[in-house]
Amino acid sequence: MSAKTWTPTPARPAPANTVGFVGWARENLFATKFDSALTVFCAGLILYVLDVVFGWAIVDASFSGEDRNACLKQVQGACWPFIDAKLGQFIYGRYPEMERWRVDWVFALGLLGLVPLLMPKVGFKRANVIFMLGFYPLFSFFMLTGGSFGLVPVETSDWGGLLVTLVVAVTGIVGSLPLGILLALGRRSELPIVRALCVGFIEIFRGVPLITVLFMASVMLPLFLPDGVNFDKLMRCLIGVALFASAYMAEVVRGGLQAIPKGQYEAAAALGFGYWKTTRLIILPQALKLVIPGIVNTFIGLFKDTTLVLIVGLFDLLGIVQLHFTDSSWATPETHITGYAFAAFVFWVFCFAMSRYSIFMEKHLSTDPNQ
Amino acid sequence: MTDPVIRISDMNKWFGTFHVLRDINLQVAAGEKIVICGPSGSGKSTLIRCLNRLEQHQEGTIEVEGVSLDGSLKNLESIRSNVGMVFQQFNLFPHMSVLENCTLAPIWVKQKTKQEAEALARQFLERVRIPDQADKYPGQLSGGQQQRVAIARALCMNPDIMLFDEPTSALDPEMIKEVLDVMVELAEDGMTMLCVTHEMGFARQVADRVIFMDEGEIVEENEPEAFFSNPQNERTKMFLSQVLSH
Amino acid sequence: MHRDAVLQALVLVAVVAGMVWLVGNVQSNLERQNINSGFGFLSERAGFGINQTLIDYTEDDSFGRVVVIGLLNTLLVSILGILFATLLGFSLGVARLSRNWLISKIAMVYIEIFRNVPLLLQIMFWYFGVLRNLPSPRQALSVGDAMFISNRGIVVPWLEAGAGAMWYGLGLLALAAGFIWLRRRALNAKLTSGQPTQVWRPLLVLALALFGAAAVMAGVPFALDVPQLKGFNFRGGVTVIPEFVALLLALSLYTAAFIAEIVRSGINSVNKGQREASAALGLPESLALRLVVIPQALRVIIPPLTSQYLNLTKNSSLAVAIAYPDIVSVLAGTTLSQVGQAVEIIFVTMMIYLSLSLFTSWAMNRYNQRMAFVGNAT
Repeated sequence: MSAKTWTPTPARPAPANTVGFVGWARENLFATKFDSALTVFCAGLILYVLDVVFGWAIVDASFSGEDRNACLKQVQGACWPFIDAKLGQFIYGRYPEMERWRVDWVFALGLLGLVPLLMPKVGFKRANVIFMLGFYPLFSFFMLTGGSFGLVPVETSDWGGLLVTLVVAVTGIVGSLPLGILLALGRRSELPIVRALCVGFIEIFRGVPLITVLFMASVMLPLFLPDGVNFDKLMRCLIGVALFASAYMAEVVRGGLQAIPKGQYEAAAALGFGYWKTTRLIILPQALKLVIPGIVNTFIGLFKDTTLVLIVGLFDLLGIVQLHFTDSSWATPETHITGYAFAAFVFWVFCFAMSRYSIFMEKHLSTDPNQ
Repeated sequence: MTDPVIRISDMNKWFGTFHVLRDINLQVAAGEKIVICGPSGSGKSTLIRCLNRLEQHQEGTIEVEGVSLDGSLKNLESIRSNVGMVFQQFNLFPHMSVLENCTLAPIWVKQKTKQEAEALARQFLERVRIPDQADKYPGQLSGGQQQRVAIARALCMNPDIMLFDEPTSALDPEMIKEVLDVMVELAEDGMTMLCVTHEMGFARQVADRVIFMDEGEIVEENEPEAFFSNPQNERTKMFLSQVLSH
Repeated sequence: MHRDAVLQALVLVAVVAGMVWLVGNVQSNLERQNINSGFGFLSERAGFGINQTLIDYTEDDSFGRVVVIGLLNTLLVSILGILFATLLGFSLGVARLSRNWLISKIAMVYIEIFRNVPLLLQIMFWYFGVLRNLPSPRQALSVGDAMFISNRGIVVPWLEAGAGAMWYGLGLLALAAGFIWLRRRALNAKLTSGQPTQVWRPLLVLALALFGAAAVMAGVPFALDVPQLKGFNFRGGVTVIPEFVALLLALSLYTAAFIAEIVRSGINSVNKGQREASAALGLPESLALRLVVIPQALRVIIPPLTSQYLNLTKNSSLAVAIAYPDIVSVLAGTTLSQVGQAVEIIFVTMMIYLSLSLFTSWAMNRYNQRMAFVGNAT
């Protein structure tokens, strides 16, 4: 019997109105009459908002000047000279101008350590972590406070702006990590008393607003300490923030611990490992890697929450912007909005970048065969 | 031959720029059983999904029971309620019991009373041989049982045509038979069936016609006897040798 | 086991010793600073005014009543915030999933802007940047000469209810009950006779009958109280203070962004096959959503949604930054500065929030147990 040889019909290009921009638009913008109406309405809305925003931020805005007179025009837009004049304050607070290079060094060194740490492909992770958790905090502490190595002392009450925001957020997250890990282990522990204490701590701190914790730290903490022992206000806030964040961190870490398959524990037990050895060598390294996105998300929340320290009298970025609204030489109807817009933009850039990084790590962890 | 219940002429479909179905022509008579086979990516699933417009074609015409499937179709739902479909992944509703899965569409689409719908459902659950599982949830059933519930659910709408999209591909080997047995019985009762499957034994047993597809077109169609013993194309031969070798 | 017991005993001893040490410190510090202790202050005269009180209050009332007023104000802004955030959040979540590219992108931009800017900044923006910058009452923006928007807040007309208004309240309650009954009756009729039954027409008849009856019983005991400018401020109507507006606005807009993401991922979590199976059975899109997609999505949505509600309630404590008289503001702010009993006051404040949180998580756990899927769903 003779079999025919089949030749496939060559593929034809799709009808022109179903591919390319036209096809895309037909499907995504004008699929139905209702969709078309919606699209037109949305386009109008976008144009209107853009018009308002650009009009305010650029067209009607003032860009240079030494005081409020630059911003008192007929049609008023953003008062950018205000930001320009106060930028140093917004970044460093009242940190003496002569000494600001010390803050710059701390920022620079932090960036230098952090960037390779965040990139999964770059090696030396262990060395980097030791550097960032060991050397860097000490370095920052001596650089910022001064009083030794020939550096002029700078009171923490003179710190402010972005500096305080970053110090509170970074200390909060770094301080909360070890405590959070311990709490998470305690919550999963088989010892009832330990478990009850950890659950109590976690649920109490997660059940109350941060502002009450900050009030507690700033008003009650001095009462808890023996006569004569006291911390300065920044330190008290740092303790409050770290305790608060550790409760949330504990829940993040617990999620990671729960994701570790039972086989890992069994394998470790088969190797004769005890609890701490199993935890330290087998479980935690895997669990912590899994929860990197969760940690970053906690950090985003904490970073936004640092603004609350202004309520107990510290001057973070938002606090210092708010403080400078009282400067009568810059009192214009647009000063408030301009200042808030600037602060919002700074916070947004940080938070948005971190949330993108968290999404990136989530994808990376779910596809990386080595994890 | 009576008027065909399905009439596809010069049908073409693209996914974006990818030409997935090419110049398909096919007519199916009432009561006819068609088995469609072919390598994965050959467009066979897409073809039967076009028949109840889960996918839309771009060129040519498809008529089901005399009604043309096109964008202007007003009563798509009524066509769909006359064409039952069984999916590879069962797609049972996990938040409803087996009985509720089966009565949902009769109650809300066919406006039956709850009592009528339940009587109907129990009758079909009996037919797929799981009358005693009616109050369980899909998650409590085995894969084979779930697929039989899915068949019963489709039958509860009293469809004229049944589409099967690889109904046994997601099942463990020992469960395939229980599903195929139900499908054979259905075929013997005279249902019009279009079935995408690799179960060649099933094709031999019940099919009136076997269609082989590759690269989005129908390569060959024939009665099962001739199709398996004397394939006309090299391509078909190669495919059959791969499928039948195990 | 033996070692575990020793370890636990050690932990317990350490914690107890720490507590004793702290309490000892507190006692000696309080003695030295001559601060009273105990909750006696709650029955003392408060002596300060509050600019939003849902129940009667004068300066002569006690600190105990101040606590109640603060709590009511917290609940008011939280409940309204939850309502608005839910409405906006669900709309944004659905818009985010829209097939229309433009509306999906608009929702995305909204979400990314509002959730990445600190809430406190948003509260202060609305309060100091917008509401306090409005013109004074004399130049107030007027909406139809009935509603006025100025830097003192929003003044709206109010229905003054006289004697007999109770009958109308009863009528409303009866109408709500009637609505629930009619819906249940319609569903029953659908299931027993197969035919869909009207709900809206009988409801309209019922409404007319009920309010007709109320009017016969009590006449029309309402008078519209329209605000008017007298001197430097408005008289009449009801004034919504700008602190409340700013807080409510910021809480709703901020939380809506998070709710939108929860709704989006909830709907996305429902397998595509579920919609296809519904369509293949001939269910119209709207019924497929109502009977198949939404019930499944809700199980995924509700737990994180509840924790957002809890977050919003806790976040309402930021009121203290703009002096909206919520529980933190009146207790940990004003009362603390007058009484000075930090330990008791912070304790009471924390306990109030803690009970709210614990109650919610308890309710949530109950719900989760009830809703857990039977077996493993495919």
